[in-house]
Amino acid sequence: MSALIERQQPAANPFQAPRTVHNARRRASNIAIIALSLLATAFAVAVLLFLLLYILRQGLPYINIDLFTKIPTPNGEPGGGIGNAIQGSLILVGLASLFGIPLGLFTGIYLSEFGGRTAIATGVRFLVDVLTGIPTIIFGLFAWIFIVVPQQGFSGLAGGAALGIIMIPIVARTSEEVLRLVPKELREASLALGATESRTILRVVIPAASSGIITGIVLAMARVAGETAPLLMTAFGNPFFNSDITQPVESLPHTIFTFAESPYQGQINQAFAGSLVLIVLILITSFAIRWATGGFKQRVQ
Amino acid sequence: MAIQVRNLNVWYGHKQALHDVNLTIESRGATAIIGPSGCGKSTFVRCLNRLHEEIAGSRVDGEVLVDDVNIYARSIQPVYVRRHIGMVFQRPNPLPARSVFENVAIGLRLNGLASGAALKEVVERSLKQAALWNEVKDRLSEPASQLSGGQQQRLCIARALTIEPKIILMDEPCSALDPISTFQVEELIRELRDTYTVVIVTHNMQQAARVAEKTVFFLQGKLIEEGETGRFFSRPAMKETADYISGRFS
Amino acid sequence: MQQSLPGTRSVARLLGLGNRRPGDTLFRGITLLLVLFVVVIIAGVVWIIISNSMLTIQRFGFSFLTNQAFDPVHDVYGVGPAIFGTLVTSAFALLFAVPIGVGTAIFLVDFCPLAIQRPLAFIVELLAAVPSVIYGLFGFLVLAPWLQGSAEPWLQKYLGFLPFFQGAFHGLSLFTAGVILVIMILPLITSVSREVILTTPTAQREALLALGATRWEVIRHAVLPYSRIGITGGVILALGRALGETMAVTMVVGNQASPISPGLFNSGYTLSSVIANQFNEATPGLFFSAVIEAGLLVLLITLITNIIARILIYRMGRVGGLVA
Repeated sequence: MSALIERQQPAANPFQAPRTVHNARRRASNIAIIALSLLATAFAVAVLLFLLLYILRQGLPYINIDLFTKIPTPNGEPGGGIGNAIQGSLILVGLASLFGIPLGLFTGIYLSEFGGRTAIATGVRFLVDVLTGIPTIIFGLFAWIFIVVPQQGFSGLAGGAALGIIMIPIVARTSEEVLRLVPKELREASLALGATESRTILRVVIPAASSGIITGIVLAMARVAGETAPLLMTAFGNPFFNSDITQPVESLPHTIFTFAESPYQGQINQAFAGSLVLIVLILITSFAIRWATGGFKQRVQ
Repeated sequence: MAIQVRNLNVWYGHKQALHDVNLTIESRGATAIIGPSGCGKSTFVRCLNRLHEEIAGSRVDGEVLVDDVNIYARSIQPVYVRRHIGMVFQRPNPLPARSVFENVAIGLRLNGLASGAALKEVVERSLKQAALWNEVKDRLSEPASQLSGGQQQRLCIARALTIEPKIILMDEPCSALDPISTFQVEELIRELRDTYTVVIVTHNMQQAARVAEKTVFFLQGKLIEEGETGRFFSRPAMKETADYISGRFS
Repeated sequence: MQQSLPGTRSVARLLGLGNRRPGDTLFRGITLLLVLFVVVIIAGVVWIIISNSMLTIQRFGFSFLTNQAFDPVHDVYGVGPAIFGTLVTSAFALLFAVPIGVGTAIFLVDFCPLAIQRPLAFIVELLAAVPSVIYGLFGFLVLAPWLQGSAEPWLQKYLGFLPFFQGAFHGLSLFTAGVILVIMILPLITSVSREVILTTPTAQREALLALGATRWEVIRHAVLPYSRIGITGGVILALGRALGETMAVTMVVGNQASPISPGLFNSGYTLSSVIANQFNEATPGLFFSAVIEAGLLVLLITLITNIIARILIYRMGRVGGLVA
């Protein structure tokens, strides 16, 4: 004799849901979870869309040639632009790349090609990973103490150095991952043809992984283009055009920071415009990376 | 407990896995589904408890009637189909962190079928039915992952039995087990087939011969032949069946 | 073969150099040199921060952590309120970001139609790519006024019995900073949770499905127990991110000294906002050292949370299966 409750109330169609309180509760919980999780997702998506659209609305009217070619007007007089910030950002990201790309790439090469699973490589990998978790303002402090204070002045060099350090782990990790994916056979084929190890790496492995490496580099550059905290105490800021890296250099994120809290509506508008420029840049790189890694091809020679 | 499959066509995305399958399985007894890898036997069996549709992009077309009710009818929810059609999988899959007892009891708890003393009674009875009780009666609160492979599989069988399904589906239940455990599970199947309708997928023809009264042969998504097991293996009607049985391809 | 000095052979082998062509040795050498440089930089960052904090460490010791005053005038420094602000805003952020983030992950994996799953996940990840200063801009110009005008009064009206929602309304407050942080750490929690949930073995899901479990029951009994460790790791990573966040928080937290109280609507400051605000005023000596020590504290707490998170995520890779 069955001890099961259900059997005591046989339904005409056994596959219909038994009409018990228990099952009603199960159904309710299931629906509740679907609703709540949908709500959570909707919240996240809504926030992003609202943010993007708001910046678009507030910033788009002020996107014009002047924005990119003129420098800020004194005392909030109308007109002017943030050309100095754009120029500064280009300089700083360029400087950071000069510093961060080689260091990051070669670290990636080391981890993938030479280090493998040795204890030293594991340690290096761990340190590099730890680097990604450090708030960027710390690197600003480092460059502040190391460069700014002894030189007794803010400089683009210090800013570039701080940003460069931020780039290192991003480039290193993506490079290592992508280099590892290059098939062993490719390396062996090259070596079998008589090429040296360094030649194999430089002429065969790296080109095969090139799209992934470039992706990592672009990712890193986009990341540091948006960084503000480390620049506060290094590049500091400059209301004029300036290409001398031993002097303070303005940057787009820094301008957004100062103009956002400005008492002048004109500067606030320019802050939104600058944010729009920055966001468009980030969006383009995000989509480009998505597209590139979606169709990640390897060159097989 | 009888199953009638009518014009069953099944897809994984764009790839069609089963072509126009028609089959009747009588109430009670064991039916073996055999065929080479990729012939669709697992897919077929997973359509019997509406598990196949959990795969993203899958599609099922046709009817599966259990006791004259089409389980694919729009008004019927898969949850309540699966509750009546139990399944045992190729690799034993108890919930690893949970105790032996809780693993067996979970079907009862989820479906709200028993609690307290009645629950304990059903768990014990199912474990005895699965010939596992004596081995685990003192280890009921240990994590299920501590059991051996054969014990875990019998645990999964016990778990399926607790909720008194009409049909028990088994997808190559012994392929991950050692010979002794296989023997124990086969013994179990021979007992269960007196009370339940058992459908067992197997790639082992000797096993089919040992446990099933009826055998069905699939090839490339089509049902080629079905029949009483003895006749099936000694005088197969179709050439493909004969080829498979004699090992001309596997 | 040239004879080498005794001992150099083993050193060379350790470094991965050895019997190679000179081109290879050069390449390896350069690579190793650059890697060494990177390691030196990392070590250098830590060492410089520590050594430049020594002044205030020696002068104040642990009272630096509890002193309520950051007082350049009297040369007495303490970051009690800053630590309070950092902890409160981060805790607030976790409280809301965890359910929303994990909920989003669950929806994306288990309930979302396949066609829109990847695009939606991508959109949520985009939130992570938005620079911190833009969140700050948005927080300062849009969110803060709105919270001050609408949300804070509403909360005080209906939940005013809680000490958190008492007191005068400020737009630039711990509350606003907390809300901004929720949005900023949300994508991290979602993406880690989603990745972890995706690794739940199908076998365990099917075990429950075969017993007639509903979607939620499968999640509750198979997915979440399996994913718990990994999700926790993700949450701790997010905590680390919240603790170290600078720009957005600095722009909305108010940066005013208030006595430490549970009222969230008060202005306050965090460790990183102290650094951002004070570095330019810092005169050499104790003031300078105090700012750096604040940085040291940020470094320490983020390092610790990061390491704990990684250990958990690493363990996730080894746990969660049968030994059959």
